Amino acid sequence: MADSTYIPEVALEAKHAHIAPRFPLLVRLTHWTFTLSFFGLAISGFAIILAHPHFYWGETGNILTPPLFSLPLPTMLGGPSGWGRSLHFQSAWLAVFSGLLYVVSGAISRHFRRELMPSKNQISLSGLRNCLVDHLRLRGLAAEGYNVFQKLAYLSVVFVFFPLIILSGFAMSPSITSVFPVFVEVFGGHQTARTIHFLLANLLMLFLLAHVTMVVLAGFASRVMTMITGRPVARKETQ
Amino acid sequence: MSEPLSRRKIITGGLAMAVTGVAGLTAAGHIADRYGLIPPDCGGVWGPGETLTYATQRLLMSRRSMAREFNRSDISKAIPVSGEPPTAGQYKELVDRKFKDWRIPIDGMVARPGSFSMDELKRMPMTSQITHTACEEGWSFIAEWNGVQLSHVLNLAGVSPKAKYVVAFAHDGVWDSLDLPDAYHPQTLLTYALNGDELPTRHGAPLRLRVARQLGYKSVKFLSRITVTDNVKNIGKGLGSISPEYGYSWYAGI
Repeated sequence: MADSTYIPEVALEAKHAHIAPRFPLLVRLTHWTFTLSFFGLAISGFAIILAHPHFYWGETGNILTPPLFSLPLPTMLGGPSGWGRSLHFQSAWLAVFSGLLYVVSGAISRHFRRELMPSKNQISLSGLRNCLVDHLRLRGLAAEGYNVFQKLAYLSVVFVFFPLIILSGFAMSPSITSVFPVFVEVFGGHQTARTIHFLLANLLMLFLLAHVTMVVLAGFASRVMTMITGRPVARKETQ
Repeated sequence: MSEPLSRRKIITGGLAMAVTGVAGLTAAGHIADRYGLIPPDCGGVWGPGETLTYATQRLLMSRRSMAREFNRSDISKAIPVSGEPPTAGQYKELVDRKFKDWRIPIDGMVARPGSFSMDELKRMPMTSQITHTACEEGWSFIAEWNGVQLSHVLNLAGVSPKAKYVVAFAHDGVWDSLDLPDAYHPQTLLTYALNGDELPTRHGAPLRLRVARQLGYKSVKFLSRITVTDNVKNIGKGLGSISPEYGYSWYAGI
């Protein structure tokens, strides 16, 4: 034992061989199908809004009632909302299939528990404070595991905001609410559900912006490659 | 030696899988069509989404579920109008004569084709509903509709057991169709009154279809004729409605 030597490269490779792949195949696959559906939903959502860029609170709302707020957009009837609606619902189906596959496989493979559940240390007051300080100093952002803010962000997007945006979408469907009136009643009305659907969409766009910013800060090409191949790419800056 | 063999195996295996897949999908399509799960606008780029939505709802959801009904105090003070009444001579003539002698023919796959006058419709059992109408553009209102259930008129005409769709034609050239679950739904009405008054021309006089479980555009205004059929392929572009020709779904229950 006395003559054992420590070779960093070997240790690094061994470590990678042990934890590889960084992302399971299903996580990678659903990540990209979901990316596709997310863009479809965002573009078509915008196209739908162009038909009536006004938002209301309560059950009803139209040009003869005062809006809660309006977007400074032109009202474009016809075309954009036609293909917009079709693209929206087709993308929604892809999102639902990808999301279900991701959530079910993540639960079975314990992906959520292993990767996304914050540890006791992380969720403690000092853990949260340390994470905040790290963020303010732009320190440790390229770390291997997820920090507690990342974990909370991913968990809330997957288990709170996406279910809520789906529910608020269902709340706008006259056929679905005929079977489940509670879907619209929990929001307090059809137009409230529409407004919340829009606000949630904005929140998810902010998440996407933060997510992509983090990826850029961590090294865009290497992170994208990791999400495609599943293998970590050794980064020069860490040597 | 083994490599070309395995490649051949892969190719034949892949072909076999493709053939099985296509055959399976075709069989599934036939079965789905038989049970009324395929919408008329199932082709094209958006066909998969349309078909998934329609089939899922018809398979998983009750065909008799009731759209929410509201109180009189919930009725919207004013109702916006989307689109103008038809300007074509035929409709203008009808308006000038206050829809005197107007009749609604019902024909196609029915045992007793014929037509009904407004007085005859009003003598039928009246159904009233206070329901929410959402336009596909995003706005909405609540109103009270009075009329006769479409199912009542269909039963008078005697619909053939082979029928699959009820097609509504309008004086402005619009046409649309309902599958039988929606055509026979208790909240699907032929309406002649809105908020207690005679249906105004801008809201679809003399008679407007009311489909409570779908978006507003399915509630066809200015009705001129009702046809019962088992096939909508030979009407318009064969998409079940004029709406898909403008990019909007045939099934608007979403």
